Amino acid sequence: MGGDPHTFYIVTSFAAFGLTIVGLVAWVMIDHRAQKSTLASLEARGMKRRSMRAAKGEGA
Amino acid sequence: MKLKSIWDLANPTRFLGLVNAVLPWLAGITALTFIAGLYMTFFVAPADYQQGETVRIMYIHVPAAWLAMLTYSVMTASSIGSLVWRHPLADVSVKAAAPIGAAFTLLALITGSLWGKPMWGAWWVWDARLTSFLVLFIMYLGLMALQSTIEEPGRAARAVAILTLVGFVNIPIIKFSVDWWNTLHQPASVFRADGPTIHPTLLWPLLVMAIAFSLLFLTLHLAAMRNEILRRRIRTLRLMQASGETGTAATPAAQEA
Repeated sequence: MGGDPHTFYIVTSFAAFGLTIVGLVAWVMIDHRAQKSTLASLEARGMKRRSMRAAKGEGA
Repeated sequence: MKLKSIWDLANPTRFLGLVNAVLPWLAGITALTFIAGLYMTFFVAPADYQQGETVRIMYIHVPAAWLAMLTYSVMTASSIGSLVWRHPLADVSVKAAAPIGAAFTLLALITGSLWGKPMWGAWWVWDARLTSFLVLFIMYLGLMALQSTIEEPGRAARAVAILTLVGFVNIPIIKFSVDWWNTLHQPASVFRADGPTIHPTLLWPLLVMAIAFSLLFLTLHLAAMRNEILRRRIRTLRLMQASGETGTAATPAAQEA
Protein backbone atom coordinates (compact mmCIF):
# COMPACT_ATOMS: atom_id res chain seq x y z
CA MET A 1 0.00 0.00 0.00
CA GLY A 2 2.99 2.30 0.67
CA GLY A 3 3.80 2.57 -3.05
CA ASP A 4 0.20 3.21 -4.09
CA PRO A 5 -0.30 6.64 -5.72
CA HIS A 6 -3.43 7.17 -3.63
CA THR A 7 -1.93 6.42 -0.20
CA PHE A 8 -2.75 9.96 1.01
CA TYR A 9 -6.49 9.43 0.39
CA ILE A 10 -6.51 6.01 2.08
CA VAL A 11 -4.54 7.12 5.15
CA THR A 12 -6.63 10.31 5.54
CA SER A 13 -9.86 8.27 5.31
CA PHE A 14 -8.77 5.87 8.05
CA ALA A 15 -7.54 8.80 10.16
CA ALA A 16 -11.01 10.39 9.85
CA PHE A 17 -12.54 7.04 10.86
CA GLY A 18 -10.25 6.80 13.92
CA LEU A 19 -10.95 10.40 14.95
CA THR A 20 -14.71 9.87 14.62
CA ILE A 21 -14.68 6.77 16.84
CA VAL A 22 -12.36 8.34 19.44
CA GLY A 23 -14.48 11.51 19.41
CA LEU A 24 -17.77 9.64 19.91
CA VAL A 25 -16.40 7.41 22.67
CA ALA A 26 -14.81 10.41 24.44
CA TRP A 27 -18.11 12.35 24.13
CA VAL A 28 -20.20 9.64 25.86
CA MET A 29 -17.56 8.94 28.53
CA ILE A 30 -16.93 12.61 29.45
CA ASP A 31 -20.68 13.32 29.43
CA HIS A 32 -21.34 10.29 31.66
CA ARG A 33 -18.70 11.39 34.16
CA ALA A 34 -20.12 14.93 34.23
CA GLN A 35 -23.75 13.82 34.70
CA LYS A 36 -22.84 11.30 37.42
CA SER A 37 -20.81 13.84 39.34
CA THR A 38 -23.55 16.53 39.13
CA LEU A 39 -26.22 14.02 40.22
CA ALA A 40 -24.06 12.86 43.13
CA SER A 41 -23.46 16.43 44.32
CA LEU A 42 -27.21 17.23 44.20
CA GLU A 43 -28.05 14.04 46.11
CA ALA A 44 -25.35 14.84 48.66
CA ARG A 45 -27.23 18.11 49.32
CA GLY A 46 -30.32 16.10 50.24
CA MET A 47 -32.15 16.36 46.90
CA LYS A 48 -33.83 13.05 46.11
CA ARG A 49 -36.34 12.03 43.47
CA ARG A 50 -39.80 10.84 44.47
CA SER A 51 -39.01 7.25 43.43
CA MET A 52 -35.85 7.17 45.58
CA ARG A 53 -37.72 8.46 48.63
CA ALA A 54 -40.51 5.94 48.09
CA ALA A 55 -37.97 3.12 47.82
CA LYS A 56 -36.44 4.19 51.15
CA GLY A 57 -39.85 4.56 52.79
CA GLU A 58 -39.42 8.30 53.35
CA GLY A 59 -42.14 10.94 53.05
CA ALA A 60 -45.88 10.38 52.61
CA MET B 1 -45.39 -12.51 30.49
CA LYS B 2 -42.94 -11.62 27.72
CA LEU B 3 -44.87 -8.40 27.03
CA LYS B 4 -44.66 -7.52 30.72
CA SER B 5 -40.88 -8.00 30.80
CA ILE B 6 -40.48 -5.79 27.72
CA TRP B 7 -42.77 -3.19 29.29
CA ASP B 8 -40.64 -3.30 32.46
CA LEU B 9 -37.80 -1.80 30.44
CA ALA B 10 -39.96 1.30 29.97
CA ASN B 11 -38.98 2.13 33.53
CA PRO B 12 -35.81 4.25 33.21
CA THR B 13 -34.36 2.85 36.44
CA ARG B 14 -34.66 -0.74 35.18
CA PHE B 15 -33.32 0.37 31.80
CA LEU B 16 -30.28 1.96 33.50
CA GLY B 17 -29.63 -1.27 35.39
CA LEU B 18 -29.73 -3.26 32.17
CA VAL B 19 -27.45 -0.78 30.35
CA ASN B 20 -24.91 -0.78 33.19
CA ALA B 21 -24.80 -4.60 33.03
CA VAL B 22 -24.51 -5.04 29.24
CA LEU B 23 -22.42 -2.01 28.24
CA PRO B 24 -18.94 -3.38 29.17
CA TRP B 25 -19.66 -6.63 27.30
CA LEU B 26 -21.02 -4.80 24.29
CA ALA B 27 -18.00 -2.47 24.18
CA GLY B 28 -15.66 -5.48 24.32
CA ILE B 29 -17.48 -7.34 21.52
CA THR B 30 -17.49 -4.14 19.41
CA ALA B 31 -13.72 -3.69 19.84
CA LEU B 32 -13.05 -7.35 18.92
CA THR B 33 -15.29 -7.10 15.83
CA PHE B 34 -13.47 -3.95 14.71
CA ILE B 35 -10.09 -5.69 15.15
CA ALA B 36 -11.33 -8.62 13.01
CA GLY B 37 -12.84 -6.27 10.41
CA LEU B 38 -9.71 -4.10 10.11
CA TYR B 39 -7.51 -7.21 9.87
CA MET B 40 -9.68 -8.48 7.01
CA THR B 41 -9.67 -5.01 5.41
CA PHE B 42 -5.88 -4.77 5.24
CA PHE B 43 -4.65 -8.40 5.20
CA VAL B 44 -7.43 -10.55 3.67
CA ALA B 45 -9.28 -8.39 1.14
CA PRO B 46 -7.40 -8.06 -2.16
CA ALA B 47 -6.77 -4.79 -3.98
CA ASP B 48 -9.38 -4.06 -6.65
CA TYR B 49 -8.34 -4.75 -10.26
CA GLN B 50 -9.34 -1.21 -11.29
CA GLN B 51 -9.17 0.90 -8.12
CA GLY B 52 -6.10 -0.76 -6.60
CA GLU B 53 -5.58 -0.12 -2.86
CA THR B 54 -8.06 2.78 -2.89
CA VAL B 55 -10.88 0.23 -2.60
CA ARG B 56 -9.98 -0.10 1.11
CA ILE B 57 -11.78 3.20 1.73
CA MET B 58 -14.98 1.26 0.91
CA TYR B 59 -14.68 -0.70 4.20
CA ILE B 60 -15.31 2.45 6.24
CA HIS B 61 -17.27 4.58 3.76
CA VAL B 62 -20.04 2.06 3.02
CA PRO B 63 -20.73 0.93 6.65
CA ALA B 64 -20.67 4.58 7.79
CA ALA B 65 -23.26 5.44 5.12
CA TRP B 66 -25.44 2.42 6.04
CA LEU B 67 -25.31 3.35 9.73
CA ALA B 68 -26.10 7.00 8.97
CA MET B 69 -29.37 5.83 7.38
CA LEU B 70 -30.03 3.11 10.00
CA THR B 71 -29.60 5.64 12.81
CA TYR B 72 -32.15 7.93 11.18
CA SER B 73 -34.53 4.96 10.82
CA VAL B 74 -34.10 4.15 14.54
CA MET B 75 -34.86 7.80 15.32
CA THR B 76 -37.99 7.59 13.16
CA ALA B 77 -39.22 4.45 14.95
CA SER B 78 -38.51 6.10 18.31
CA SER B 79 -40.36 9.24 17.16
CA ILE B 80 -43.44 7.12 16.47
CA GLY B 81 -43.08 5.65 19.98
CA SER B 82 -42.78 9.16 21.35
CA LEU B 83 -45.78 10.62 19.51
CA VAL B 84 -48.15 7.65 19.71
CA TRP B 85 -47.38 6.10 23.11
CA ARG B 86 -45.62 9.07 24.78
CA HIS B 87 -42.95 6.58 25.80
CA PRO B 88 -40.29 8.43 27.88
CA LEU B 89 -37.46 6.23 26.63
CA ALA B 90 -38.48 6.94 23.02
CA ASP B 91 -37.77 10.66 23.54
CA VAL B 92 -34.46 9.78 25.12
CA SER B 93 -33.62 7.46 22.21
CA VAL B 94 -34.24 10.15 19.56
CA LYS B 95 -32.14 12.74 21.36
CA ALA B 96 -29.27 10.32 22.07
CA ALA B 97 -29.11 8.98 18.49
CA ALA B 98 -28.91 12.31 16.63
CA PRO B 99 -25.24 13.22 17.33
CA ILE B 100 -24.17 9.63 16.56
CA GLY B 101 -26.06 9.70 13.25
CA ALA B 102 -24.55 13.09 12.40
CA ALA B 103 -21.04 11.73 13.06
CA PHE B 104 -21.60 8.67 10.83
CA THR B 105 -23.04 10.90 8.09
CA LEU B 106 -20.09 13.29 8.26
CA LEU B 107 -17.67 10.34 8.16
CA ALA B 108 -19.44 8.94 5.06
CA LEU B 109 -19.29 12.38 3.38
CA ILE B 110 -15.57 12.88 4.18
CA THR B 111 -14.49 9.36 3.15
CA GLY B 112 -16.71 9.56 0.06
CA SER B 113 -14.96 12.77 -0.93
CA LEU B 114 -11.54 11.22 -0.30
CA TRP B 115 -12.54 8.20 -2.42
CA GLY B 116 -14.12 10.35 -5.13
CA LYS B 117 -11.11 12.58 -5.78
CA PRO B 118 -8.74 9.81 -7.03
CA MET B 119 -11.53 7.76 -8.70
CA TRP B 120 -13.76 10.46 -10.25
CA GLY B 121 -11.28 13.33 -10.33
CA ALA B 122 -13.56 15.47 -8.13
CA TRP B 123 -13.96 15.98 -4.39
CA TRP B 124 -17.67 16.66 -4.79
CA VAL B 125 -20.37 16.50 -7.47
CA TRP B 126 -23.97 17.65 -7.07
CA ASP B 127 -25.45 14.31 -8.07
CA ALA B 128 -28.60 12.89 -6.46
CA ARG B 129 -26.88 10.47 -4.05
CA LEU B 130 -24.34 12.94 -2.72
CA THR B 131 -26.84 15.79 -2.48
CA SER B 132 -29.49 13.70 -0.68
CA PHE B 133 -26.80 12.51 1.72
CA LEU B 134 -25.76 16.09 2.42
CA VAL B 135 -29.44 16.84 3.12
CA LEU B 136 -29.39 13.99 5.68
CA PHE B 137 -26.43 15.63 7.44
CA ILE B 138 -28.24 18.99 7.49
CA MET B 139 -31.35 17.21 8.87
CA TYR B 140 -29.32 15.79 11.75
CA LEU B 141 -27.87 19.23 12.54
CA GLY B 142 -31.35 20.79 12.33
CA LEU B 143 -32.82 18.20 14.70
CA MET B 144 -30.02 18.74 17.21
CA ALA B 145 -30.47 22.51 16.98
CA LEU B 146 -34.24 22.23 17.45
CA GLN B 147 -33.76 19.93 20.44
CA SER B 148 -31.47 22.42 22.15
CA THR B 149 -33.71 25.40 21.36
CA ILE B 150 -36.71 24.15 23.38
CA GLU B 151 -35.93 23.88 27.08
CA GLU B 152 -38.83 21.69 28.25
CA PRO B 153 -37.93 18.08 27.28
CA GLY B 154 -41.53 17.00 26.55
CA ARG B 155 -42.21 19.86 24.12
CA ALA B 156 -38.78 19.48 22.51
CA ALA B 157 -39.40 15.76 22.03
CA ARG B 158 -42.72 16.31 20.23
CA ALA B 159 -41.29 18.96 17.89
CA VAL B 160 -38.23 16.84 17.12
CA ALA B 161 -40.37 13.70 16.60
CA ILE B 162 -42.57 15.48 14.03
CA LEU B 163 -39.57 16.89 12.15
CA THR B 164 -37.84 13.47 12.25
CA LEU B 165 -40.92 11.81 10.70
CA VAL B 166 -41.07 14.46 7.95
CA GLY B 167 -37.35 14.05 7.25
CA PHE B 168 -37.66 10.27 6.86
CA VAL B 169 -38.84 10.86 3.29
CA ASN B 170 -35.17 11.48 2.47
CA ILE B 171 -34.10 7.92 3.40
CA PRO B 172 -35.75 6.14 0.39
CA ILE B 173 -34.57 9.03 -1.80
CA ILE B 174 -30.97 8.33 -0.72
CA LYS B 175 -31.39 4.57 -1.23
CA PHE B 176 -33.01 4.75 -4.67
CA SER B 177 -31.35 7.95 -5.96
CA VAL B 178 -28.82 5.87 -7.91
CA ASP B 179 -31.69 4.03 -9.67
CA TRP B 180 -34.03 7.00 -10.23
CA TRP B 181 -31.43 9.41 -11.65
CA ASN B 182 -28.21 9.22 -13.64
CA THR B 183 -25.56 9.61 -10.98
CA LEU B 184 -21.79 9.50 -10.88
CA HIS B 185 -22.16 7.41 -7.73
CA GLN B 186 -22.29 3.70 -8.50
CA PRO B 187 -25.57 1.76 -8.02
CA ALA B 188 -26.11 -0.67 -5.12
CA SER B 189 -23.85 -3.73 -5.24
CA VAL B 190 -24.74 -5.48 -1.94
CA PHE B 191 -28.46 -5.03 -1.12
CA ARG B 192 -29.97 -5.94 -4.50
CA ALA B 193 -33.00 -8.03 -5.44
CA ASP B 194 -30.77 -10.32 -7.53
CA GLY B 195 -28.12 -10.69 -4.82
CA PRO B 196 -24.75 -9.00 -4.27
CA THR B 197 -22.61 -8.32 -7.35
CA ILE B 198 -19.48 -7.77 -5.30
CA HIS B 199 -16.92 -10.61 -5.11
CA PRO B 200 -17.01 -12.62 -1.81
CA THR B 201 -13.37 -11.77 -1.06
CA LEU B 202 -14.40 -8.11 -0.91
CA LEU B 203 -17.90 -8.73 0.47
CA TRP B 204 -16.99 -10.60 3.69
CA PRO B 205 -14.63 -7.96 5.11
CA LEU B 206 -17.29 -5.36 4.25
CA LEU B 207 -19.97 -7.30 6.15
CA VAL B 208 -17.71 -7.77 9.20
CA MET B 209 -17.01 -4.01 9.23
CA ALA B 210 -20.76 -3.35 8.88
CA ILE B 211 -21.42 -5.57 11.94
CA ALA B 212 -18.68 -3.70 13.85
CA PHE B 213 -20.24 -0.33 12.95
CA SER B 214 -23.71 -1.63 14.00
CA LEU B 215 -22.35 -2.82 17.35
CA LEU B 216 -20.62 0.53 17.79
CA PHE B 217 -23.90 2.32 17.20
CA LEU B 218 -25.71 0.07 19.70
CA THR B 219 -23.01 0.63 22.34
CA LEU B 220 -22.87 4.40 21.85
CA HIS B 221 -26.65 4.74 21.67
CA LEU B 222 -27.20 2.89 24.94
CA ALA B 223 -24.42 4.90 26.61
CA ALA B 224 -25.83 8.20 25.30
CA MET B 225 -29.36 7.19 26.43
CA ARG B 226 -27.99 6.51 29.91
CA ASN B 227 -26.41 9.99 29.94
CA GLU B 228 -29.66 11.59 28.79
CA ILE B 229 -31.67 9.85 31.55
CA LEU B 230 -29.17 11.13 34.14
CA ARG B 231 -29.39 14.64 32.59
CA ARG B 232 -33.19 14.59 32.99
CA ARG B 233 -32.89 13.45 36.61
CA ILE B 234 -30.55 16.36 37.27
CA ARG B 235 -33.06 18.74 35.67
CA THR B 236 -35.81 17.35 37.90
CA LEU B 237 -33.73 17.80 41.04
CA ARG B 238 -32.79 21.35 40.04
CA LEU B 239 -36.45 22.20 39.46
CA MET B 240 -37.25 20.80 42.90
CA GLN B 241 -34.40 22.78 44.39
CA ALA B 242 -35.59 25.97 42.68
CA SER B 243 -39.14 25.49 43.96
CA GLY B 244 -37.86 24.85 47.50
CA GLU B 245 -39.06 21.26 47.63
CA THR B 246 -37.01 18.62 49.39
CA GLY B 247 -38.85 15.45 48.59
CA THR B 248 -41.36 14.94 45.85
CA ALA B 249 -41.27 16.09 42.25
CA ALA B 250 -44.43 16.37 40.26
CA THR B 251 -43.11 18.06 37.12
CA PRO B 252 -43.44 16.32 33.74
CA ALA B 253 -39.65 16.05 33.63
CA ALA B 254 -39.65 14.21 36.94
CA GLN B 255 -42.19 11.74 35.65
CA GLU B 256 -40.10 11.21 32.53
CA ALA B 257 -36.92 10.45 34.46
